[in-house]
Amino acid sequence: MRLIAENLGGERGGEAVFSGINFALEKGQALIVTGPNGAGKSTLLRVVAGLLPVAAGRVHIEGGGEDFPSVASACHYLGHQNAMKTALTVTENLRFWRDFSGADFLRAEEALETVGLGDIGHLPFGYLSTGQRRRAAIAKLLVSRRPLWLLDEPTAGLDKASEERFAVLMRKHLEGGGIVVAATHLPLGIEGAKELRMGEAV
Amino acid sequence: MWSLFLRDIRLSIRAGGGALTGVIFFLAVIATIPFGVGPDLNLLARIGPAILWIGALLACLLGLDRLFQADREDGSLDLLVLGDDRHVLALTVLTKCLAHWAGSVLPLVIAAPLLGLFMNMEPIGIGATALTLLVGTPAITFIGAAGAAVAVALPRGGLLISVLVLPLTIPVLIFGVSASYGAVADPDPFLQPFLILAALTLFLAVLGPVAAALALRHGAD
Repeated sequence: MRLIAENLGGERGGEAVFSGINFALEKGQALIVTGPNGAGKSTLLRVVAGLLPVAAGRVHIEGGGEDFPSVASACHYLGHQNAMKTALTVTENLRFWRDFSGADFLRAEEALETVGLGDIGHLPFGYLSTGQRRRAAIAKLLVSRRPLWLLDEPTAGLDKASEERFAVLMRKHLEGGGIVVAATHLPLGIEGAKELRMGEAV
Repeated sequence: MWSLFLRDIRLSIRAGGGALTGVIFFLAVIATIPFGVGPDLNLLARIGPAILWIGALLACLLGLDRLFQADREDGSLDLLVLGDDRHVLALTVLTKCLAHWAGSVLPLVIAAPLLGLFMNMEPIGIGATALTLLVGTPAITFIGAAGAAVAVALPRGGLLISVLVLPLTIPVLIFGVSASYGAVADPDPFLQPFLILAALTLFLAVLGPVAAALALRHGAD
């Protein structure tokens, strides 16, 4: 499977944010998108996911087979928000996303165990701290199988130990033939990752 | 899909959900009418079905703005839209509409017979009004979903949704009320307007979610 962006351009409110982005990622490769605030990192991820229209060029997935015909169907998108309901418990949230996303992978309890939240699954999501919420959202990546992870500042709010745990998860995902595209300011601890600097050529 | 339905039902029942808000508003509107109109029991009985319908219509509109906005604020909406390849987005919207109806509007239908007593309505009139509400209110939710999807990105979309949606619900209101009157007043037919009401609901069950899905897909930012 390959994720390919050709001469990709994106815009917000009719104004071009970036243009001429090219990359091709094979199985097991990671792309770290860096750049100053406002360089268009989040917009790039949303364009790749298909949440924003492509202004120029194209982005597509090759060799996804029947299960993953498009980027949207192949990706986990972890945005700034955690996409969890504060009134439901952590486990209920994860179970819902597991059922809805299909392609079951880990059970909700196992996923929580993996991110170190095994003992608070019964709490409403609203009671969690910022870092715990982020970890629960990361557990969401594990409950259903998707080859492509699109991560927007995934480690925002995480402590050192959780960052390292998350780095291990990403390495495991890459070893299993996954692809990671992450926009971040902080080093993610993935060796051999490609880097895309935004906002400098403009 | 079933899990989405269950999740939305749970959310409407738990703290911060809108299940009771609509019923209380409905109760407040119907309880005020006799004070405003005066103690003329015949008049109250005559306008009863219409008042129940208008009250239920307004109470329906009350919670509609949260239909997609709550999901948008916590980022769930992005993931629902991305799930388009597995679950067609229009079906996702339809499921959300049905959950919203079951969680927030069905309580209104259940409360309607009780409130009918406030209006001095006959038992058969109360039954007919409740039945027309049961069949007709889903149509309001489906139209409202399209309005809610258009206004999802607006910070104070609630009023806009009501203004957008209210004119489109007029046919539902007309046929709902005329069927309710048909059951009580003798020469007026019950079955014909009732069937048209059912047809409206079925028609909008298709059109509303498709329009809402289109708006959600293109309204993303």
